[in-house]
Amino acid sequence: MSFKTDKGRVLGLGSANEGAHHWFGERLKAVALIPLTIAFICIVAPLIGEDHATVVAALQSPLKAIALILFFAVTFKHLEEGLQVVIEDYIHGKGTGLVLIVLNKLFCWAFGLAAIFAIAKIAFAG
Amino acid sequence: MVELTLPKNSRMTVGKTWPKPEGATNVRAFKIYRWNPDTGENPSLDTYFLDMDKCGPMVLDALIKIKNEVDPTLTFRRSCREGICGSCAMNVDGINTLACIYGLDEIKGDVKIYPLPHMEVVKDLIPDLTHFYAQHASIMPWLETKTNKPATEWKQSIEDRKKLDGLYECVMCACCSTSCPSYWWNSDRYLGPAALLHAYRWIIDSRDEATGERLDELQDPFKLYRCHTIMNCAKTCPKGLNPAKAIAEIKKKMVERTL
Repeated sequence: MSFKTDKGRVLGLGSANEGAHHWFGERLKAVALIPLTIAFICIVAPLIGEDHATVVAALQSPLKAIALILFFAVTFKHLEEGLQVVIEDYIHGKGTGLVLIVLNKLFCWAFGLAAIFAIAKIAFAG
Repeated sequence: MVELTLPKNSRMTVGKTWPKPEGATNVRAFKIYRWNPDTGENPSLDTYFLDMDKCGPMVLDALIKIKNEVDPTLTFRRSCREGICGSCAMNVDGINTLACIYGLDEIKGDVKIYPLPHMEVVKDLIPDLTHFYAQHASIMPWLETKTNKPATEWKQSIEDRKKLDGLYECVMCACCSTSCPSYWWNSDRYLGPAALLHAYRWIIDSRDEATGERLDELQDPFKLYRCHTIMNCAKTCPKGLNPAKAIAEIKKKMVERTL
C-alpha cells in the first residue's frame, strides 16, 4: 500500500542525466564498423589457407595490424553497448538485470582485449 | 520487464453469444472483449450481431447501437464522435485506433474489438490511463518562460508556428504508447511516444525558454532512450502523426548540445 501520487511515481528518482553519449556512441561505432568490417575481410580473406609464416608477415604490417585492432576494439565496444540496451529493455535492473549487465561488460572487455592482444603479439613477436 | 505470456487473470474465455436481430438480411458479427471487475472472472469474448442496414458507418456507431439496443452493460468511453477528444481509443481489428473515425468498411469479416493493449482494464473496453496522464503531466506541458511577461501576447512568427504542425494535433488518445513494445515492457520508466511527442512540441516552441531544462529532464536511458524506432506509434496514430520522428528530433537535440 502506498499513497505516493501518480506524478510522484512517474518522476521517480529523476533524470539520470546520461544516455546521449551511449546512444550517439553506439551509432558512431555502427557507422565506423562499415569500413572497418570491409578492411577486416580484405585483410583476413586472402590469408585463409595460407601457412603460418605468411599470416605473421601480413599482420606485421602496421597498417593491417592497426586496422584489425580498431576493428576488434570497435566491434566489442559496440557489442557491449548494444547488448546492454537489450538487457535493459527486457530485464529490470536491480537483480538479474544488474548481474547480466556486469557479465556483459566482463565478456566484451575480456574477449575484446584477448583479440587485440593476439593481433599485437603476432605484430610484435611473430 | 518483458512478459511473454498473459497473466493468469487476463487469459480469455469464450463469452456469451447474443441473439441475431430478427428479420435482418445484412448481419455482421462483433466479437468484443468483456471484463467485469465485480465478478472476479477472467475476461471473455462476447459475440454480438447487428443489422448493418440500420447501423451507422463507424465502429463507434456499432458500439453505441449494441449498448442502446442489445446489451446496456457494454462499457466504453466516447464523447465527440469526430476524432478530436481521443476518448474512444481501442484496439479494433488488431490496430489501436479511435472507434469514431474507423470505418466498418475497412474491416474484413468479423469485427474484433479489444481495449488498448497491455494496460490495466477498468471495465470492458476502458483502460486505466492514470499513469499515462501522469507521464504527460511530468513533461511540463505548458509554455515555460523566464523573460518578463509581455504587455500583450507572446509573439511567434508564421515559420516558427509551422514547426508545431504535426505535433499540436495530438489528442492524447494513447493509441501510440499502447502499441509500443518498449512501452509495454518499460512503461514504469519509459515516457512513451505520446508524452515524448508533447515534450518535443514544447522543446521546439520558439516562445518557450526552458528548452535546456526540458532536455535535462529527458536525458535518461529509460525516459527517452527506450525508443528503438520501432515505428508502431506512427503506423497506428489515428491522427496520422509521427511520434517516432519527434523522438528522433529530441535525440538529435541531445547530441547537438554536446558537440
